[in-house]
Amino acid sequence: MSATAAPPPKKLNRIGLEVVGYKGSKTTLCAGCGHNSISERIVEVFFEMGVAPWRVAKFSGIGCSSKSPAYFLSMAHGFNGVHGRAPAIATGAMLANHTLLGVLVTGDGDTASIGIGQFIHLLRRNLPLIYIIENNGCYGLTKGQFSATADVGSTQKTGQKNEQPPIDCCLMGIELGATLIARTFSGDKKQLQAILKASIAHRGLSVIDVISPCVTFNDHEGSTKSYQYMKDHDEPIHEMDFVPHYEDISVEIAEGETRNVTLHDGSIIRLKKLDRDYDPTQKLGAIQLLHETADRGEVATGILYVEPGKTTLIDQLNVYDAPLATLPATLTRPPRESLEMVMEELR
Amino acid sequence: MSTIEVSPVASRGEPLQPHVINDFSIQVATVNGSGSQTANTVLMRSIFQMGVPVSGKNLFPSNIQGLPTWFTIRASKHGWIARKKEIDFLVAMNPETARDDVLSLAAGAAVVYDEPLRLNELRADLHFYPVPFDKLVAPVCPDAKLRRLVRNMIYDGVLARLLSLDLDEIRKALVKQFGPRKAKAAELNWGAVKAGYDWATANLDKKDPFKIERMNETAGKIIIDGNSAAALGATFAGCTVVTWYPITPSSSLVESMIGYLKRLRTDKATGKATYAVVQAEDELAAIGMVIGAGWAGARSMTSTAGPGVSLMSEFIGLAYYAEIPAVIFDIQRVGPSTGLPTRTMQGDVISTALLSHGDTMHPLLFPGSMTECFTMAGDAFDLAEKYQTPVFVMSDLDLGMNNWMSDPFPYPEGEIRRGKVLSAEDVERLGGFDRYRDVDGDAVGYRTLPGTGHPLAAYFTRGSGHNEKAQYTERPDDYVRNVDRLKKKFEVLRGSVPRPEVDINPDARIGLLCYGTSLYATEESRDQLVREYNCPTSYFRLRAYPFTRELSDFIDRHERIYVIEQNRDAQLLMLMRLELSTQQIARLRSVRYYGGLPLDARTVTDEIIMQEGI
Repeated sequence: MSATAAPPPKKLNRIGLEVVGYKGSKTTLCAGCGHNSISERIVEVFFEMGVAPWRVAKFSGIGCSSKSPAYFLSMAHGFNGVHGRAPAIATGAMLANHTLLGVLVTGDGDTASIGIGQFIHLLRRNLPLIYIIENNGCYGLTKGQFSATADVGSTQKTGQKNEQPPIDCCLMGIELGATLIARTFSGDKKQLQAILKASIAHRGLSVIDVISPCVTFNDHEGSTKSYQYMKDHDEPIHEMDFVPHYEDISVEIAEGETRNVTLHDGSIIRLKKLDRDYDPTQKLGAIQLLHETADRGEVATGILYVEPGKTTLIDQLNVYDAPLATLPATLTRPPRESLEMVMEELR
Repeated sequence: MSTIEVSPVASRGEPLQPHVINDFSIQVATVNGSGSQTANTVLMRSIFQMGVPVSGKNLFPSNIQGLPTWFTIRASKHGWIARKKEIDFLVAMNPETARDDVLSLAAGAAVVYDEPLRLNELRADLHFYPVPFDKLVAPVCPDAKLRRLVRNMIYDGVLARLLSLDLDEIRKALVKQFGPRKAKAAELNWGAVKAGYDWATANLDKKDPFKIERMNETAGKIIIDGNSAAALGATFAGCTVVTWYPITPSSSLVESMIGYLKRLRTDKATGKATYAVVQAEDELAAIGMVIGAGWAGARSMTSTAGPGVSLMSEFIGLAYYAEIPAVIFDIQRVGPSTGLPTRTMQGDVISTALLSHGDTMHPLLFPGSMTECFTMAGDAFDLAEKYQTPVFVMSDLDLGMNNWMSDPFPYPEGEIRRGKVLSAEDVERLGGFDRYRDVDGDAVGYRTLPGTGHPLAAYFTRGSGHNEKAQYTERPDDYVRNVDRLKKKFEVLRGSVPRPEVDINPDARIGLLCYGTSLYATEESRDQLVREYNCPTSYFRLRAYPFTRELSDFIDRHERIYVIEQNRDAQLLMLMRLELSTQQIARLRSVRYYGGLPLDARTVTDEIIMQEGI
């Protein structure tokens, strides 16, 4: 018998893929960019959840953030569209094939400025989609101009101060109809993973605002979206655990310390309370939390609001079960008699 | 005035002149929002039902209620259905415009008017018929609130008497207009028609020569507007995703499509929709959704007008460069800017053909009839999917919003061809694919749809530089190879667009070239040129851009080509100049009308006569 040790067996997920099957091409973003951490979390979570990558469609607009769909899930179709308009492309694609799992990665310039109209109407439609905002408070790709999510008083590298109030995309999401809203920090590996898992299970629009510091233009003293600032001001509202629907496991957690939220597919987000009795199903409570923490200069992170079971755009339109894109002509071209009937009415 | 087979009409008091039968125009001047549309449609339909070729044009303001509006009906035994420049029979219901309306008439015209306006004092060379509308409407419409609406039906009754319209046909048209669910409203209006008819019988002496007589020229035909025809075409072309933003004059296309889709495209077995319609937040979102849906494999479309097209510019460039099918109906209206939103123009030819930044070019289809609105919807989807590119269907307000006679539409034959789409099995067999590689020599690559269950099926779509494998690149050679292939694709596409309609007259030295709605005035003008000036012409109706070889041949065969279009800048002619030889360009002349009303034959004829020096 040979004494040579066999290579350790590669870890496979429940659909038999290795983690490498979830990777993308090599990133061209700056070393240390928060966006890269987000891509890594997406790779890990989609692998762990056993999502077939070819069932995923990736969307993005324009900017540093919007490059990142190329850096995860190479086996998924991706669409890097025009600035601020990824929601429209995603909406069209999901109408054409609502069996896709849509993941949209966008930035604060895309979402809060040029594309804010599209963002708002995406919220209203509750399109089934995971909408990730890689939020660094600045325009990285054009070298550091303020974005609409920059805080009052934060400074650019040049020393220029922002005087205008920021747009809080989570507050907007809660008000306007998204059904899972979370905020986290690109450096908080565990929290981002849990939120991503919950979003995959959620049926409806998930908005994840990830504070993702720009190491090149917005990671200095005076920036409110730097690594140091986030470490000092991050206030997790709960620790999260996520129980996927397909796994039959039971975890013992003392009653009274957790709150379970059951998502559409039966999976459960288990929120461990910290110092407050936070209920993410209460809209007004979520809004109050965001205002209070902002007033204190803190950033509340975690799942801020969740509303399972609300109808999505696909439900509202009563769309055929199989994808519209590939329906046979027998379903998409009415018969000859139908045309004759219409012609007769017009005579 | 009418031009055919009649001697000049006598002035008042002279013996009755020969009748002008089935060859005159009626104009109804009313106030927007006064319910005149129903009365006018019933009038038009009644003439149609009597077998007389007819056209109706609504000249309306950008306003919901209160501004002047005119409806012109032309009856023509010869089948001319372009707008007639001269008005023969005026119904003056609008005090605000009545004076101008009457003063602009040619001698011998007839005027039905609301008695208190005392229009008869303005001219002595017209036939006046005062009608006490308010007195007549009160007894037939006890509900005072409805009187304003019902009162218009009285002129239908008066005209029925004066023009010898068959009352039964008016009743039939009225019932059709209101439908079975509004039978009560139909009865109320029928009472007004009868009141008008009876009063006219008792009180008016027929003095004008105009008369409708039964013919058999409309049997089997339908009446429809171009937007509904296009909507039906798209419904039968297998369109699955429709996104739109309301804009005059295109809104009724999607609105009528929603009706057709509900009726004809709801799956009986499941009750589910085999389509999705979304009203977007603006035109940018509308076209973005169309492109997203096209990318994911749907037959997707939007409908808009010039301002919307301007907003879609960036996205159209993306679809062109990333090679995504999309169908855009452009129901053209008068620009620039907001322009005249309710008036017609062929004003977007250049802007759509070359829409977006960088080097871009897009196929345009020019429907000229109701049937073409229907068939070109299908053609547009076929082209868009075959060549993976946005395709514009260039209708206009005149075609889209007015009612036209038409032959019934042909059921689309053959399979729905979806272009070069690889399945998971194809990908497996091929061991992968390069999205933008010209495998077949036609410059069209193969694509896969998101959701295709194969590890090698995916590719990354981007509006930034990409190579054959759809990978990001900024290399000059990659860029040039890619855009040269796009140019070649446009050349290949030339072979698939609808061919022109050509009529070569061997005796003609000049050719008339038109497209879209200009065809009606052009056809009639050819007749005028022969009859009045002994000037034979050849005819070329362009049905698509890019141009096909027939265009070059046609130009070479004639000394001068008159390009007839409804815009100031001779937009199609400019587009032709980009492709034709210097010798060919030298033969081009331009006939343009851009006042916002549908083009009429006399304008075309007069311009050609002037330029020809005849």
